[in-house]
Amino acid sequence: MSSELIVFLVLSLVAIATALGMLFSQNAVYSALFLVLNFVTVAIFYLLLGAPFIAMAQITVYAGAIMVLFLFVIMLLGAESLAPTNTLPWQKPLARLLSVILAVEAIYILLTKANSNMMVTSPDASLNTMESLREMAVTLFSSFLLPFEVTSILLLVAMMGAIILTRQEREAK
Amino acid sequence: MVPVNYYVVLSAILFVIGALGVLSRRNPLIIFMSIELMLNAANLAFVAFASVYETFSGQIFVFFVIAVAAAEVAVGLALIVEIFKTKKNINIDEMNSLKG
Repeated sequence: MSSELIVFLVLSLVAIATALGMLFSQNAVYSALFLVLNFVTVAIFYLLLGAPFIAMAQITVYAGAIMVLFLFVIMLLGAESLAPTNTLPWQKPLARLLSVILAVEAIYILLTKANSNMMVTSPDASLNTMESLREMAVTLFSSFLLPFEVTSILLLVAMMGAIILTRQEREAK
Repeated sequence: MVPVNYYVVLSAILFVIGALGVLSRRNPLIIFMSIELMLNAANLAFVAFASVYETFSGQIFVFFVIAVAAAEVAVGLALIVEIFKTKKNINIDEMNSLKG
């Protein structure tokens, strides 16, 4: 067993454990903190896969900006833990059953039917230099220029949407 | 050398945990976090295949997914705050009418 495989297995254990911790925490603040840990673990996977830019973007945008927004809203609304309701008592067992079925069939198909010859090679030091970043930037601003611009419009619309949603309430008072 | 299938299986497991969170939790904030977890699982598969095929397209797609997730969270959390202001409660079982 190579050292890379050991790193992968330990990290995936951490990722799955933190995801389950997010799912089963009764306090939403703990859920958010577990999710931050999960995002950091996935960022380390990105580093292992030779994608340093995406790893850093993951930490700044996901673990930084998005989760801070989540924590802020949880504490603003006082929604740390909600009283359990029993409107749909059959839903929770059904959800667990369906999730187990989905997981089993996905893992079965991936491990038996998929091509297992493709290996992820370990990233060498050249990937972490500015040259690979420059190459990625050239791809982003040549082949993917239109999606990039559309994304900027999307972000503008989302920002305006968030402002208008909170503004109308203030005028109504 | 790790087979790319392992990464995709890990991504599938994380996706299923996220789906279970959306289906079984009643707190809309945790449902939102589960959606983020599912997006993240898909991103992991993208980066794994981008690494195998030695192309930047997968990484750039992940970049776009991260941007879209940020936009989605901003609007979604604004909606949740608005719903809380009108209903004084954010339990998902009580959000059963479009009228505020």
